Amino acid sequence: MSVEMIIFLIIAVATLGSALMVVTTKNLVHMALWLIVVLLGIAIFFAMLSAGFLAVAQVVIYIGAIAILLIFAIMLTQRTTQEAGSSFNSNWRWGILVSLILFAGLFIILVNWSGISTTPPNLDSRASVADIGVALVEPNAFLLPFEFASVLLLAALIGAIYVAWDRRKV
Amino acid sequence: MISLSWYLIFAAALFCIGLFGVLSRKNAIAILMGIELMLNAVNVNLVAFWRYVNPGQITGQVFAIIVFAVAASEVAVGLALFISIYRRRGTIAADEIDLMKW
Repeated sequence: MSVEMIIFLIIAVATLGSALMVVTTKNLVHMALWLIVVLLGIAIFFAMLSAGFLAVAQVVIYIGAIAILLIFAIMLTQRTTQEAGSSFNSNWRWGILVSLILFAGLFIILVNWSGISTTPPNLDSRASVADIGVALVEPNAFLLPFEFASVLLLAALIGAIYVAWDRRKV
Repeated sequence: MISLSWYLIFAAALFCIGLFGVLSRKNAIAILMGIELMLNAVNVNLVAFWRYVNPGQITGQVFAIIVFAVAASEVAVGLALFISIYRRRGTIAADEIDLMKW
Protein backbone atom coordinates (compact mmCIF):
# COMPACT_ATOMS: atom_id res chain seq x y z
CA MET A 1 0.00 0.00 0.00
CA SER A 2 1.81 3.10 -1.18
CA VAL A 3 1.08 6.66 -0.16
CA GLU A 4 -0.48 7.29 -3.57
CA MET A 5 -2.98 4.47 -3.07
CA ILE A 6 -3.98 5.76 0.35
CA ILE A 7 -4.53 9.24 -1.04
CA PHE A 8 -6.54 7.76 -3.91
CA LEU A 9 -8.76 5.76 -1.55
CA ILE A 10 -9.41 8.72 0.76
CA ILE A 11 -10.35 10.99 -2.16
CA ALA A 12 -12.44 8.28 -3.83
CA VAL A 13 -14.44 7.54 -0.67
CA ALA A 14 -14.97 11.26 0.03
CA THR A 15 -16.05 11.91 -3.57
CA LEU A 16 -18.44 8.97 -3.79
CA GLY A 17 -19.91 9.82 -0.38
CA SER A 18 -20.48 13.40 -1.46
CA ALA A 19 -22.03 12.14 -4.71
CA LEU A 20 -24.46 10.04 -2.67
CA MET A 21 -25.27 13.14 -0.61
CA VAL A 22 -25.91 15.04 -3.86
CA VAL A 23 -28.54 12.57 -5.02
CA THR A 24 -30.21 12.09 -1.62
CA THR A 25 -30.21 15.47 0.19
CA LYS A 26 -33.55 17.26 0.33
CA ASN A 27 -32.17 20.78 0.62
CA LEU A 28 -31.22 21.94 -2.87
CA VAL A 29 -28.61 24.45 -1.76
CA HIS A 30 -26.88 21.74 0.27
CA MET A 31 -27.02 19.56 -2.85
CA ALA A 32 -25.12 22.20 -4.80
CA LEU A 33 -22.51 22.46 -2.03
CA TRP A 34 -22.02 18.67 -1.98
CA LEU A 35 -21.69 18.82 -5.77
CA ILE A 36 -18.81 21.26 -5.30
CA VAL A 37 -17.06 18.70 -3.06
CA VAL A 38 -17.48 16.04 -5.77
CA LEU A 39 -16.09 18.38 -8.44
CA LEU A 40 -13.10 19.19 -6.23
CA GLY A 41 -12.41 15.46 -5.77
CA ILE A 42 -12.46 15.00 -9.55
CA ALA A 43 -10.05 17.93 -9.92
CA ILE A 44 -7.65 16.19 -7.52
CA PHE A 45 -7.91 13.02 -9.62
CA PHE A 46 -7.02 15.03 -12.72
CA ALA A 47 -3.97 16.36 -10.90
CA MET A 48 -3.01 12.79 -9.85
CA LEU A 49 -3.32 11.73 -13.50
CA SER A 50 -0.84 14.54 -14.33
CA ALA A 51 -3.44 16.48 -16.33
CA GLY A 52 -2.71 19.78 -14.59
CA PHE A 53 -4.52 21.96 -17.08
CA LEU A 54 -7.71 19.95 -16.70
CA ALA A 55 -7.48 20.12 -12.91
CA VAL A 56 -7.36 23.92 -13.07
CA ALA A 57 -10.06 24.05 -15.75
CA GLN A 58 -12.26 21.79 -13.61
CA VAL A 59 -12.01 24.22 -10.68
CA VAL A 60 -12.53 27.30 -12.83
CA ILE A 61 -15.31 26.02 -15.12
CA TYR A 62 -17.21 23.56 -12.95
CA ILE A 63 -16.83 25.02 -9.46
CA GLY A 64 -16.44 28.65 -10.51
CA ALA A 65 -19.11 28.78 -13.19
CA ILE A 66 -21.42 25.78 -13.38
CA ALA A 67 -21.94 25.23 -9.64
CA ILE A 68 -22.54 28.93 -9.05
CA LEU A 69 -24.98 29.00 -11.97
CA LEU A 70 -26.83 26.06 -10.40
CA ILE A 71 -27.01 27.88 -7.06
CA PHE A 72 -28.38 30.96 -8.82
CA ALA A 73 -31.05 28.88 -10.54
CA ILE A 74 -31.99 27.22 -7.24
CA MET A 75 -32.38 30.62 -5.58
CA LEU A 76 -34.50 31.88 -8.48
CA THR A 77 -36.86 28.91 -8.61
CA GLN A 78 -37.41 27.86 -4.98
CA ARG A 79 -39.80 29.59 -2.65
CA THR A 80 -38.06 27.82 0.21
CA THR A 81 -34.85 25.84 0.02
CA GLN A 82 -36.66 22.81 1.44
CA GLU A 83 -38.70 20.73 -0.96
CA ALA A 84 -42.22 19.89 0.13
CA GLY A 85 -42.89 16.18 0.48
CA SER A 86 -40.64 13.46 -0.88
CA SER A 87 -37.78 14.56 -3.10
CA PHE A 88 -37.96 11.29 -5.06
CA ASN A 89 -40.50 10.42 -7.70
CA SER A 90 -42.57 7.26 -7.58
CA ASN A 91 -40.04 5.26 -9.63
CA TRP A 92 -37.07 5.63 -7.30
CA ARG A 93 -36.90 1.91 -6.56
CA TRP A 94 -36.50 1.22 -10.28
CA GLY A 95 -33.80 3.89 -10.32
CA ILE A 96 -31.83 2.06 -7.64
CA LEU A 97 -32.32 -1.25 -9.45
CA VAL A 98 -31.17 0.08 -12.83
CA SER A 99 -28.14 1.82 -11.31
CA LEU A 100 -27.08 -1.26 -9.34
CA ILE A 101 -27.48 -3.55 -12.37
CA LEU A 102 -25.44 -1.14 -14.51
CA PHE A 103 -22.72 -0.91 -11.87
CA ALA A 104 -22.60 -4.69 -11.44
CA GLY A 105 -22.38 -5.16 -15.20
CA LEU A 106 -19.59 -2.59 -15.59
CA PHE A 107 -17.74 -4.07 -12.62
CA ILE A 108 -17.86 -7.60 -14.04
CA ILE A 109 -16.73 -6.41 -17.48
CA LEU A 110 -13.89 -4.35 -15.98
CA VAL A 111 -12.65 -7.13 -13.70
CA ASN A 112 -12.56 -9.63 -16.56
CA TRP A 113 -10.83 -7.24 -18.96
CA SER A 114 -7.17 -8.05 -19.57
CA GLY A 115 -5.94 -4.44 -19.77
CA ILE A 116 -7.27 -3.62 -16.33
CA SER A 117 -4.05 -3.76 -14.33
CA THR A 118 -2.09 -1.48 -16.66
CA THR A 119 0.37 0.77 -14.90
CA PRO A 120 1.05 4.19 -16.37
CA PRO A 121 3.96 4.60 -18.79
CA ASN A 122 6.49 7.27 -17.96
CA LEU A 123 5.33 10.71 -18.92
CA ASP A 124 7.51 13.29 -20.57
CA SER A 125 7.17 16.11 -18.07
CA ARG A 126 7.29 18.68 -20.85
CA ALA A 127 4.09 17.29 -22.35
CA SER A 128 1.93 19.95 -20.86
CA VAL A 129 -0.33 22.92 -21.36
CA ALA A 130 1.66 24.10 -24.38
CA ASP A 131 0.91 20.83 -26.19
CA ILE A 132 -2.81 21.20 -25.56
CA GLY A 133 -2.71 24.78 -26.81
CA VAL A 134 -0.89 23.82 -30.00
CA ALA A 135 -3.15 20.81 -30.60
CA LEU A 136 -6.27 22.95 -30.28
CA VAL A 137 -5.28 25.35 -33.08
CA GLU A 138 -3.43 22.97 -35.39
CA PRO A 139 -5.45 22.26 -38.57
CA ASN A 140 -4.16 18.67 -38.63
CA ALA A 141 -5.18 18.12 -35.02
CA PHE A 142 -8.22 19.56 -33.26
CA LEU A 143 -8.90 22.93 -34.91
CA LEU A 144 -12.31 21.87 -36.23
CA PRO A 145 -13.67 20.39 -32.96
CA PHE A 146 -12.36 23.48 -31.16
CA GLU A 147 -14.25 25.81 -33.50
CA PHE A 148 -17.36 23.64 -33.23
CA ALA A 149 -17.14 23.93 -29.44
CA SER A 150 -16.95 27.71 -29.66
CA VAL A 151 -19.95 27.85 -32.03
CA LEU A 152 -21.82 25.55 -29.62
CA LEU A 153 -21.05 27.87 -26.70
CA LEU A 154 -22.23 30.90 -28.69
CA ALA A 155 -25.44 29.10 -29.68
CA ALA A 156 -26.02 28.10 -26.05
CA LEU A 157 -25.45 31.70 -24.93
CA ILE A 158 -27.96 33.12 -27.41
CA GLY A 159 -30.42 30.29 -26.81
CA ALA A 160 -30.28 30.70 -23.02
CA ILE A 161 -30.91 34.46 -23.27
CA TYR A 162 -33.80 33.91 -25.70
CA VAL A 163 -35.44 31.16 -23.65
CA ALA A 164 -35.15 32.96 -20.31
CA TRP A 165 -36.36 36.29 -21.72
CA ASP A 166 -39.48 37.57 -19.96
CA ARG A 167 -41.61 38.79 -22.85
CA ARG A 168 -44.45 40.18 -20.74
CA LYS A 169 -42.32 42.87 -19.18
CA VAL A 170 -40.87 44.35 -22.37
CA MET B 1 1.48 2.61 -8.55
CA ILE B 2 -2.27 2.83 -8.91
CA SER B 3 -3.51 0.63 -11.71
CA LEU B 4 -6.03 1.71 -14.33
CA SER B 5 -8.79 -0.40 -12.77
CA TRP B 6 -9.08 1.85 -9.71
CA TYR B 7 -9.96 4.87 -11.79
CA LEU B 8 -12.34 2.93 -14.03
CA ILE B 9 -14.25 1.39 -11.11
CA PHE B 10 -14.43 4.76 -9.37
CA ALA B 11 -15.81 6.33 -12.55
CA ALA B 12 -18.34 3.50 -12.96
CA ALA B 13 -19.58 4.02 -9.39
CA LEU B 14 -19.84 7.80 -9.86
CA PHE B 15 -21.71 7.32 -13.15
CA CYS B 16 -24.21 4.97 -11.52
CA ILE B 17 -24.82 7.37 -8.62
CA GLY B 18 -25.47 10.13 -11.14
CA LEU B 19 -27.79 7.85 -13.09
CA PHE B 20 -29.75 7.13 -9.93
CA GLY B 21 -30.09 10.88 -9.34
CA VAL B 22 -31.33 11.44 -12.88
CA LEU B 23 -33.85 8.60 -12.73
CA SER B 24 -35.35 9.23 -9.32
CA ARG B 25 -35.17 12.90 -8.30
CA LYS B 26 -38.26 15.04 -8.64
CA ASN B 27 -36.69 18.47 -8.92
CA ALA B 28 -35.45 19.36 -12.39
CA ILE B 29 -32.32 21.10 -11.11
CA ALA B 30 -31.48 17.98 -9.09
CA ILE B 31 -31.75 15.97 -12.31
CA LEU B 32 -29.33 18.40 -13.96
CA MET B 33 -26.87 17.84 -11.09
CA GLY B 34 -27.12 14.08 -11.68
CA ILE B 35 -26.19 14.71 -15.32
CA GLU B 36 -23.18 16.72 -14.15
CA LEU B 37 -22.03 13.76 -12.05
CA MET B 38 -22.33 11.44 -15.06
CA LEU B 39 -20.36 13.82 -17.31
CA ASN B 40 -17.62 14.06 -14.69
CA ALA B 41 -17.39 10.27 -14.47
CA VAL B 42 -16.93 10.16 -18.24
CA ASN B 43 -14.19 12.79 -18.00
CA VAL B 44 -12.31 10.76 -15.38
CA ASN B 45 -12.42 7.78 -17.75
CA LEU B 46 -11.16 9.82 -20.70
CA VAL B 47 -8.24 11.29 -18.78
CA ALA B 48 -7.36 7.94 -17.15
CA PHE B 49 -7.22 6.22 -20.54
CA TRP B 50 -5.13 9.07 -21.92
CA ARG B 51 -2.63 8.73 -19.08
CA TYR B 52 -2.42 4.92 -19.03
CA VAL B 53 -2.77 3.95 -22.68
CA ASN B 54 -1.44 6.73 -24.88
CA PRO B 55 0.11 9.69 -23.02
CA GLY B 56 2.07 10.76 -26.10
CA GLN B 57 -1.11 11.82 -27.89
CA ILE B 58 -2.99 14.73 -26.40
CA THR B 59 -6.37 13.40 -27.65
CA GLY B 60 -7.81 12.35 -24.31
CA GLN B 61 -7.32 15.76 -22.74
CA VAL B 62 -8.75 17.59 -25.76
CA PHE B 63 -11.77 15.30 -25.67
CA ALA B 64 -12.26 16.14 -21.97
CA ILE B 65 -12.07 19.87 -22.79
CA ILE B 66 -14.80 19.44 -25.43
CA VAL B 67 -16.91 17.64 -22.80
CA PHE B 68 -16.40 20.69 -20.52
CA ALA B 69 -17.76 22.96 -23.26
CA VAL B 70 -20.76 20.71 -23.88
CA ALA B 71 -21.51 20.49 -20.14
CA ALA B 72 -21.35 24.26 -19.77
CA SER B 73 -23.75 24.85 -22.68
CA GLU B 74 -26.07 22.13 -21.42
CA VAL B 75 -26.30 23.70 -17.97
CA ALA B 76 -26.82 27.20 -19.36
CA VAL B 77 -29.66 26.18 -21.69
CA GLY B 78 -31.19 23.82 -19.12
CA LEU B 79 -31.31 26.43 -16.40
CA ALA B 80 -32.77 29.00 -18.81
CA LEU B 81 -35.50 26.47 -19.64
CA PHE B 82 -36.23 25.83 -15.96
CA ILE B 83 -36.44 29.54 -15.15
CA SER B 84 -38.82 30.02 -18.08
CA ILE B 85 -40.95 27.05 -16.98
CA TYR B 86 -40.97 28.28 -13.38
CA ARG B 87 -42.19 31.69 -14.54
CA ARG B 88 -45.10 30.19 -16.47
CA ARG B 89 -46.14 27.29 -14.25
CA GLY B 90 -44.75 28.09 -10.81
CA THR B 91 -43.01 24.74 -10.37
CA ILE B 92 -39.98 22.84 -11.64
CA ALA B 93 -40.91 19.43 -10.29
CA ALA B 94 -40.28 17.12 -13.24
CA ASP B 95 -43.46 15.12 -12.68
CA GLU B 96 -45.65 18.23 -12.75
CA ILE B 97 -44.30 19.50 -16.06
CA ASP B 98 -46.65 17.37 -18.13
CA LEU B 99 -48.16 19.75 -20.69
CA MET B 100 -47.04 17.56 -23.61
CA LYS B 101 -47.93 14.30 -21.88
CA TRP B 102 -51.17 12.88 -23.18
